[in-house]
Amino acid sequence: MNMQIARTLDLKGLSCPLPIVKTAQAMRELGSGELVEALATDPGAVADFRAWCTSTKNELVEQTEADGVYRFVIRKK
Amino acid sequence: MPARVVVLGGGVGGTLAANLLAKQLGRDAKVTVVDPTGMHHYQPGYLYVALGQANGRWLVRDERTLLRREVELVIDGAVRIHPDAGTVQLERGGSLEWDYLVLATGARLMHEQIPGLVEGSFGFYSLDDAQRLREELRRFRGGRILVGVAGIPYKCPPAPVEFVFMLEEHLRKRGIRERSEVTLLSPLNRAFTIEQASKVVQPFMEERGIGLTTFFNVEEVDPQAHVVSSLEGEKAEYDLLVLIPPHHGQQVISDSGLGDVSGWLPTDRYTLQVQDRERVFAMGDATNLPISKSGSTAHFEAPVIASRIASLVRGTAPKTNYGGRVMCFLETGNRKATVLRFDYEHPPTPPQPNLLWHSAKWMFNRMYWETVPQGRIPDLPKAREKGPDDEHADRANA
Amino acid sequence: MTTANVTRSIDARGMPCPGPLMSLIGAIREGTVGDMIEVLSSDEGSKTDIPAWIAKAGHEIVEVVQEPDHARFVIRKVR
Repeated sequence: MNMQIARTLDLKGLSCPLPIVKTAQAMRELGSGELVEALATDPGAVADFRAWCTSTKNELVEQTEADGVYRFVIRKK
Repeated sequence: MPARVVVLGGGVGGTLAANLLAKQLGRDAKVTVVDPTGMHHYQPGYLYVALGQANGRWLVRDERTLLRREVELVIDGAVRIHPDAGTVQLERGGSLEWDYLVLATGARLMHEQIPGLVEGSFGFYSLDDAQRLREELRRFRGGRILVGVAGIPYKCPPAPVEFVFMLEEHLRKRGIRERSEVTLLSPLNRAFTIEQASKVVQPFMEERGIGLTTFFNVEEVDPQAHVVSSLEGEKAEYDLLVLIPPHHGQQVISDSGLGDVSGWLPTDRYTLQVQDRERVFAMGDATNLPISKSGSTAHFEAPVIASRIASLVRGTAPKTNYGGRVMCFLETGNRKATVLRFDYEHPPTPPQPNLLWHSAKWMFNRMYWETVPQGRIPDLPKAREKGPDDEHADRANA
Repeated sequence: MTTANVTRSIDARGMPCPGPLMSLIGAIREGTVGDMIEVLSSDEGSKTDIPAWIAKAGHEIVEVVQEPDHARFVIRKVR
């Protein structure tokens, strides 16, 4: 599986709903199948990213957390 | 024996509070939500229905689907609350006993209080009103539209301003903007309550030719003459009148002798207790707090109430306070919006309307059903110094 | 010092929305003639906003007291 990240977004320090909004904007510039990586510190982002991926059918490939930073990898449908 | 927690009202506040309580207390509590219709409305959507941009179906869901499985839902009206006896009487004749009561009963619209309002105007503060206004706007071919406020307090202070912006855009898209005039009748001496927000939006209003009449608090409507009159003694003529009706607390609150003259519950601004009663809490639109009546208020209050009741059930001193946090979007049309975020200690500093906040509002609208009522967006606790909460705890334990 | 006999008190300190003036207008709408309404406000704008509306709406400012961190207005509903 190709895990080449097309774009990384540093969204640390932004609070809900900005992390998901900025990610959605960045995704518009990607091609189908491309991956974006988003780094956020807002705990609300976990629910936001899950809900957004469910409603938009983009795939939440990976979601991890380390030292208060949440990392999301999303594949554009 | 599990503590019995009864939540009156299945709107955003009641639903979220019930879910958080069930999650935090597990088998230590039996949580019941009582709601007259069992249908949960996403009220920020009414505006879109009125402007023909959304369907009512998008805004309404079965409350049962939003509650955790272990939360009981009783679809019935509450007719009398007995705070000392710890009971609530229901419309169909039953009654519920409670150890802790959460009043999330919201606000009701009192259209009849303003002479001529029903016959002479339209609104968008209920699904019915929004649908009626949508039909009227479809028939509208041009003329003078006035948007005003016929009662204070009212839910969602930004809404009249949002409405005039979105209406103006709507008229342009329909090609009837040239033949129309849109004016906001503000109850204040500016467009909006928060001065910095007014400074930000007023230039946009001017740019788009939206009129602003200040200090106009609607008192009466003459549906035949098409004239609306203000408390301040002025009159204005209209072709189409859109009004925010007067709001009151729910009937059950007044009938139970718990509310003030307009049915709002006397509530502590930090602990959200009603009249210093240890086991009765109020939230959202139902309180008498001179704070925004907005969904976000209830959203941020719910974790505080859940946490306080959980502490009481467990026999520890409640520590969490509501810090006055509110967050409201203000849509200015043309794919731009600003945001108002503040609490008791921090006044708002609204940014210039931009696409980012318009997108944020749009996303919130779409994601609400999957996130907010279930408590999936955590409230971020703020560090607090020793405050009134500690005094309450000391008193409770004395 | 005040001797005003207050019938309704609104503590709007730290509450920018809907704000002290709106809360006052609400209390006037809900109240009866003769009511003495007290409003506590920490917002600077109230000092001009409140008198401006009172003048236009025809009520009476009975008292204004400036405390270190807020202002206290007492208004009588005249009509």
